Amino acid sequence: MQTNRVLLAIFVVAGVPLCLVGYILLVEGGVGRLGRRPAAAIRPWLWLGPALLFLGVFLLYPTINTILQSFKNSDGTKYVGLENYKWFFTTSDTLVALRNNVLWAVFLPLLVVTLGLVIAVLADRVKYERVVKTAIFLPMAISFVAAGVIWKLMYDIDPTTGTLNAVVKAVGHDPIAWLSTPSINNFMLIFVGVWMLAGFAMVILSAGLKGISTELLEAARIDGCNEWQVFRKISLPLLRPTTAVVATTVVIFALKTFDIVYVMTSGNFNTQVIGYQMYKELFAFGNPARSATVAVVLLLATVPVMMVNIRRFRQQEAVR
Amino acid sequence: MTQVPVLPSADVDLKPEAPRRRRGPGSKEGRKGPVHVVLVGMMLLWAVPALGLLVASFRTASETNKSGWWTALVPPFHFTFSNYDYVLNRAGFWDSFVNSLFITIPATVLVVMIAAFAAYAFAWMDFPLRNVLFVVVVGLLVVPLQVTLIPVLSLFRDFAFGDYHLNGTILAVWLAHTGYGLPFAVYLLRNYMGSLPREIFESASIDGAGPATAFFRIAIPMSVPALASLVIFQFLWVWNDLLVALVYLGPASENSPLSVTLANLSTNFGGNWQFVTAAAFVSMIIPIAVFLGLQRFFIRGITGGAVKG
Repeated sequence: MQTNRVLLAIFVVAGVPLCLVGYILLVEGGVGRLGRRPAAAIRPWLWLGPALLFLGVFLLYPTINTILQSFKNSDGTKYVGLENYKWFFTTSDTLVALRNNVLWAVFLPLLVVTLGLVIAVLADRVKYERVVKTAIFLPMAISFVAAGVIWKLMYDIDPTTGTLNAVVKAVGHDPIAWLSTPSINNFMLIFVGVWMLAGFAMVILSAGLKGISTELLEAARIDGCNEWQVFRKISLPLLRPTTAVVATTVVIFALKTFDIVYVMTSGNFNTQVIGYQMYKELFAFGNPARSATVAVVLLLATVPVMMVNIRRFRQQEAVR
Repeated sequence: MTQVPVLPSADVDLKPEAPRRRRGPGSKEGRKGPVHVVLVGMMLLWAVPALGLLVASFRTASETNKSGWWTALVPPFHFTFSNYDYVLNRAGFWDSFVNSLFITIPATVLVVMIAAFAAYAFAWMDFPLRNVLFVVVVGLLVVPLQVTLIPVLSLFRDFAFGDYHLNGTILAVWLAHTGYGLPFAVYLLRNYMGSLPREIFESASIDGAGPATAFFRIAIPMSVPALASLVIFQFLWVWNDLLVALVYLGPASENSPLSVTLANLSTNFGGNWQFVTAAAFVSMIIPIAVFLGLQRFFIRGITGGAVKG
């Protein structure tokens, strides 16, 4: 078993690149024998081939298939129209998941962008900028699962182990059940996301901030603007496109949330989200049609962001 | 580096052209106090949870149960490696660690190479539907992979080659990760390759270089910064992934990567903080090393002047 795996590993790490390079050389050798014009017509498709194959098999086909499945009964034998969607929008569990996703999609980007911007602006003014940025950015490198474990330790209800409750107790309050109190637990989970993603927003906004011309800022200062006015009237408007990019990316993260909830609460205490509900319908309740329906609702939620991205891409292309 | 409008790009803060500029004299007066307070406060808030995890992972079970990790920071010290010994050797984390590497490295290689071919075609070849296809790629960037799980799972279940069943194998996970990673990879590389100067490719073509030569000798070496950031992203993404491994390998497979084993340990083994924290730290070592290590690689590559700024 072990030697098999080592052989397979060597084969894959050395063999796969060789095969792919070989594929391109073979394509070029073959295409070169054709005339100039047929070669130019066929070549792009052969270069694109592997990518199109993967995109088709793992993204396009499954998406269409899932949409179709959401209109079928639980064993996929006949179409039932909007039955599954009726179920989705009349069941309290899925509606709670939907509400929680709205909370995630509103508060995660809001907090991430605000904190990222504050840190980017303030760190720009101190000598230890690099240290601040590394500390804030580092959580980006670890998994949501590990972050979930880290924050489970922070949120632990026992004040002898749970850091946050130790602080709460020190100020003379009873320990709070951070993860099982329905009015606050969603926000405690969202904060774990903020802890992970603020660094992402900070890095991108900081690059945008440093791209603003110094002359422009100096001119405003000479004209008598104070620092706050310079930020409000010049930096902030110029950063708006960058902010929009960061915010839409974080919205997508928020909609797809799965790991944090899976590790920290398993969706209990009204913390269920769509991405996890879909998993539960499939594996715990064995209902692929309902699972597909939940997934399609998730897909629909991402469509506006998709439209915005495509429009932004078109505008960029027009400028090029 | 072309600004990536949709997904993160770790190297943006390291752009060499980002001027190290001190603010005008106006900003230096007096106002710094609150700035330091906010920044140091944020740094603490960000570092303390991870520090707590690290300290807790070196404490014995009896101490973990009766006092918080912060009490271990003052003498007398009672640190131990026994938690790491337990999770690595007896809780199966060493195997999971090997599995994680075994899943992540090929999945990264596959995506980067396949995406590079496609990106080159999108950037420097003319063909019908080029823009339409690329818009599809941009659209696929945000498709939640949850939408694809059910059909791909049944594809894997149906696929058998003689005695070989694809379902539940590492090969299935490689293939799935490759598919899921491609939209971002193609997008990033195409934007970068497309911004390389046209004249270089034209003169290479006049000198008789075919597309393969232009690709391997010009496009790839000139795209090293974009390739490096893509490698980081894909590597971290696959290493840290839970959902794909959980769905295609199952929750308790001999092929499970660290993320799945850690999630199992953390949900089933709740009270044993000393083991869970050690296991979490094991899962974080490689991503943190990759992140910090390749950050230096970026700076070297950029300051070396050999690459496009």
